[in-house]
Amino acid sequence: MIITLNGEKKEVPESISITGLLEFLKIQHQRVAVELNLEIVRKDKFDVMAIHEGDSLEVVSFMAGG
Amino acid sequence: MTDDRLIIAGIEFQSRLWVGTGKYKNFAETKKAIEVSGTDVVTVSVRRVNIIDRSKENLLDYIDPKKYKILPNTAGCYTAKDAIRTAMLAAEAGITKLVKLEVIGDDKTLFPDNEATLEAAKVLVKEGLIVLPYTSDDPIMAKKLVDIGCPAVMPLAAPIGSGLGIRNPYNIRIIMETVKVPIIVDAGVGTASDVALAMELGCDAVLLNTAIAGAKDPIAMAEAMKYGVLGGRLAFKAGRIPKKLYATASSPLEGMLGN
Repeated sequence: MIITLNGEKKEVPESISITGLLEFLKIQHQRVAVELNLEIVRKDKFDVMAIHEGDSLEVVSFMAGG
Repeated sequence: MTDDRLIIAGIEFQSRLWVGTGKYKNFAETKKAIEVSGTDVVTVSVRRVNIIDRSKENLLDYIDPKKYKILPNTAGCYTAKDAIRTAMLAAEAGITKLVKLEVIGDDKTLFPDNEATLEAAKVLVKEGLIVLPYTSDDPIMAKKLVDIGCPAVMPLAAPIGSGLGIRNPYNIRIIMETVKVPIIVDAGVGTASDVALAMELGCDAVLLNTAIAGAKDPIAMAEAMKYGVLGGRLAFKAGRIPKKLYATASSPLEGMLGN
């Protein structure tokens, strides 16, 4: 299925959880925050929160900055 | 100065020099500069993870959050809404409840939009974040931010990255008299004497980035800033002599050779 991930269209496996997606993308869970359709998803919901076709997802982390 | 501790919202800070992580050549240089500066607080931005290229190194592989207090910022946000969204995501990332709130009003000066900053601060304080707001050097604004629950304020010395130093030391002094929370001078310092001046004025800490990262030798400048802060703080605690128009002899007049 196609979702919008950090502003780009991306093909990801069907009915995947947020944890599953982060693993699929090889992103460490610990230091990221996730927004699903503009709602922040709490970390303890990563395993159960499913992603659907057309969803918009933001995955952010800490980067260099002043 | 073991008894000279800086405490904000119950968090004890070892260093009065806070350092940003932007604009360095690479993460190795960032790490070295931060080590040499003696800081225990580093600012970071909140940005999208690079989905395409996962090989890129992560800043936090170099800056250990167990060793340093991570202070996420909302740099680049131009509205209260964006700043709130960014700050909430930073908090959800799970390392800290601290946030350096920035709502920028104009891309030429990067001066803060004080009205939007106050609006965002109100929401974030209610959400339980420890909000350290970047603000103009305006005592009235500082008071409003403290009144709604900010445990410190961060007035600018000069525009971000300008290196102009403290443009209005008198306003900074009035801010210190107006609010009874720690004052952290944020943005615009250029060199060690600028941070020394901030500390001599009685500010509680200085946050800088470009002054180190943009110096010809960032590592040497990091060390200079460390001593600038230490020297300025010691001078403030020591209590400087008053300025006078005329001379006062340093050597005794007694025992002068006679005619």
